[in-house]
Amino acid sequence: MNIIGWAKNGLFLSLCFGSIGLLGVYLMDVDRVRQPTSFQTDSPGPTDIQSVVAHVDRVFSQQWLAAGLKPADPVDSLTLARRLSLGLSGTIPSVEEIRELEKKPAAEQLPWWISRLLEDRRTSNYLAERFARALVGVEDGPFVIYRRRRFVSWLADEFASNRPYDALVRRILTANGLWTDTPAVNFYTRTIVQDSDDPRPDPVQLAGRTTRAFLGMRIDCLQCHDDFLGNVNLGSTAQPAAGTQRDFHSLAAFFQQAENSLLGVCDNPNRGAYEVNLLDSSAAETIAPAVPFLPELLVQSELNPRMRLANWVTHPENRPFARAAVNRIWALLFGQPLVQPIDDIPLAGPFPPALEILVDDFIGNGYDLQRLIRVIASTRVFSSDSATGFPVTSAHETNWAVFPLVRLRPEQVAGAITQSTKLTTVDATSHILTRVVQFGQQNDFVTRFGDLGENEFQDRGETITQRLLLLNGDMLAERLNSPVDAPLHLNQLSPDLAKTVEVIYLATLTRRPSLDEQSRFVLALKEQAADQRKFKAVDIYWALINSAEFRWSH
Amino acid sequence: MNHFHCGGIEHVSRRSLLQLAGLSGLSWLTPLASCLAQSHEANPQSKAKSLIVLWLEGAPSQLETFDPHPGSDIAYGSLARQTNVPGILLGDGFEQLAEQMDAVSLVRAVTSKEGDHERAIYNIKTGYRPDPTLIHPAIGSIICHELNTEQDRNLDIPRHVSILPGSTPGRGGYLGDQYDAFKIFDPQQAIPDVSSQVEKQRQRERLGDLDYVDKQFIQRRLAGRLNIAPDSLKNQNIDAALRMMSSELLQAFDISGVPQKERIQFGDTPFGRGCLTAIRLISAGVRCVEVTLSGWDSHVNNHELQAARIAILDPAFAMLIRELKQREVLDSTLVVCGGEFGRTPWLNALGGRDHWPNGFSLALAGGGIQGGRVIGETSPLPKQYSPVPNDNLKDSHPVEDVHATILSALGVDYERELQTPIGRPMKLCQGRPIDKLLL
Repeated sequence: MNIIGWAKNGLFLSLCFGSIGLLGVYLMDVDRVRQPTSFQTDSPGPTDIQSVVAHVDRVFSQQWLAAGLKPADPVDSLTLARRLSLGLSGTIPSVEEIRELEKKPAAEQLPWWISRLLEDRRTSNYLAERFARALVGVEDGPFVIYRRRRFVSWLADEFASNRPYDALVRRILTANGLWTDTPAVNFYTRTIVQDSDDPRPDPVQLAGRTTRAFLGMRIDCLQCHDDFLGNVNLGSTAQPAAGTQRDFHSLAAFFQQAENSLLGVCDNPNRGAYEVNLLDSSAAETIAPAVPFLPELLVQSELNPRMRLANWVTHPENRPFARAAVNRIWALLFGQPLVQPIDDIPLAGPFPPALEILVDDFIGNGYDLQRLIRVIASTRVFSSDSATGFPVTSAHETNWAVFPLVRLRPEQVAGAITQSTKLTTVDATSHILTRVVQFGQQNDFVTRFGDLGENEFQDRGETITQRLLLLNGDMLAERLNSPVDAPLHLNQLSPDLAKTVEVIYLATLTRRPSLDEQSRFVLALKEQAADQRKFKAVDIYWALINSAEFRWSH
Repeated sequence: MNHFHCGGIEHVSRRSLLQLAGLSGLSWLTPLASCLAQSHEANPQSKAKSLIVLWLEGAPSQLETFDPHPGSDIAYGSLARQTNVPGILLGDGFEQLAEQMDAVSLVRAVTSKEGDHERAIYNIKTGYRPDPTLIHPAIGSIICHELNTEQDRNLDIPRHVSILPGSTPGRGGYLGDQYDAFKIFDPQQAIPDVSSQVEKQRQRERLGDLDYVDKQFIQRRLAGRLNIAPDSLKNQNIDAALRMMSSELLQAFDISGVPQKERIQFGDTPFGRGCLTAIRLISAGVRCVEVTLSGWDSHVNNHELQAARIAILDPAFAMLIRELKQREVLDSTLVVCGGEFGRTPWLNALGGRDHWPNGFSLALAGGGIQGGRVIGETSPLPKQYSPVPNDNLKDSHPVEDVHATILSALGVDYERELQTPIGRPMKLCQGRPIDKLLL
């Protein structure tokens, strides 16, 4: 080989070694737990939330005092981190994240964790799925013209950018175009019945969705008849009136011009008036667009009906709009809404005092969802323990003097199992194979466990299938016995048995074991032959994942 | 003690207390209603005690199955065959079922207001049209909720089972997920998740650890809480799950011991095995079994596709009837066979039949249903664009009437009103029984 050949080989080798070196440097430098950019140590969060948080705390204190209730003590920051992760990203903190969190000073831990979660793509994806259930449900819907995945993905982008919620809702209600390049229109195409004589966005379905998802009110029964049970109050706050069939169809009439074509969803002003046969009426009657309450907020203009409706729905004085959003975010964080059911808030109240304070703050701060999350998560009531040293009564629960015990939803159980068997964080930065396996396992698990559908904040009881799935199911067995996951290797990696037990507790229950728990399980590990201890570690994992503490939000 | 749903006495009393206390948000249906349901048990005079649904997902063509019109334009060459009941014809493929016709009745002019698979499946399975604010319970869930005897409460296996579940197996809806169907797949495979992943000694130790961990958590959280059933935190169903895992009744799911000669009579198919398993489950005390045969959506090559499905359905359905007769349980077992709607009387350009909810057929047998009858009639010369679709029908019945008939045959008060979780009054069924089938 001549000198040029040697030179080429040398250059090639240098490049190879250089690349490996650079990769190594990159890997060494990489911060496994990304630091949130919105968090500053000298200002751990928006300072102006403190006054509204104090206001909420004050009204709850007064409520407890008036009811003669002692509130549960506050929990530690790890429990708070677990609640927030489950509520906002559908999983639990990794051991790696716990270690990072514990490096922060106590006062900074909660705001740091909230900032981290709010910047995490898992959070926007998770919030998008939760909101999508209210907006378009969970079913597949019309073939080709409805792309649920596209809609959810778009919503996630909107949440990630923290678009003001009123602007987001206006985008949805006024959306025009194709379901692929304007994903918001899937709100409309979801309602098209393709086999019908007139396959267009269904005004009736849209009216029901709009009131439930955006206004937190159920008026669907008015589709067929006037309210005769006193369930649906419309009119005004000062003068509530029983809802009528006409109220419902007047709202539906705003969607009359919407239609679907090869160019997607658009408005056709020539479509003709909205007509309906009201109950006990022999003939169809034309109904003009009108809103079911607060008519003074509906601007009479040249704008098309959907735009007028969108402006009315999101009007700052239309408080049901903000109440619905606050109630939904509250439900995500606590596992149950402040007003039950989540989408049936009475127009004229009475409202929990905290709801109105949060609504004022939400409206006054530009419908900022991330701020709303920060505010609720910073309240005293969010930090209350679910356990007490005294008997808990229903009054404690209805007054939020204890944190509610709520069964985890299927996706939360699946997410928590996945994360608990890894010490590092399973997120968008995880290896592609990890994410592929995670995606497949979680989908299978949720399918078998039973998806709760769109009314997911209603506990409907545990099924025998769910119980068997956790006791004997493949997903948990695979995660516990995987050669690349933590449970089988923890024993070898830990300096001592106490540390093994501690890490299992941190990974599964986001807390350290009590002295009694630790001594029990250290002893159990010690009793095993050295080469069998890894199986006992797996068994402890199994018991903790099957426990009520793992399966319930607390 | 009922192992599979909220029927525990303590739970009932706590919830009932809440209802009496007027906490409406917590006082929906559930245990008090369950309690009422128990005192409201089935009409003892009714013959049927259980239900088998042969669910034909995708919508079979009535013209090639239960309502042939041989020789007419709408048959497009489809043939029919005589049955053992003079005057009743079945599609040509039903060679074996034709011999059981004296035990089977047909409802030939069933109508649905839904022409989309997803919506129509919901409609026919629940008896209600889809409502975004509420999930209605499927017929099997209603039956399990309403028929709640001591024997039901002591059964170690789920009372509502879906074999080869289709896109939407029966759900408990507003009655609660505990009334969801327990799903199993081809019965020649093991039932999912009923065997421990570790050997017995290790399983015992695991359960001991689990019990210990739960006690730590629960002790500090349950005192006085009223909106949580005492057992719900403490692994509500773990005892039931463990009992099921070790129950002898699990053998009802296992057909490996059934002689090949007997199995093959149902057809050597998952659906045939499902029908065999359904009989064993009903005999073990299960209230409702749904066996799904999918693949009926014949928008293309209708005749070939339907014939292939009928070849699977015929031996299984016929043998199911024969076997129920032989075991002398046909009178106590109602069998219903059908799909979400029918198919157009006209062929499309691809030789397929499209969706047709305006007059399709269901078959019913056993459980007090008189055999060898035909209710309703469809026209051999239907008007394609009739403004009133039912113009083509005589003595038609909406799917809601089929629900009322099933519930009535099982002795359930089909008009009973329950309250949904938000206090909305809701009847079990909106239809009226088809008396001609029952009398």
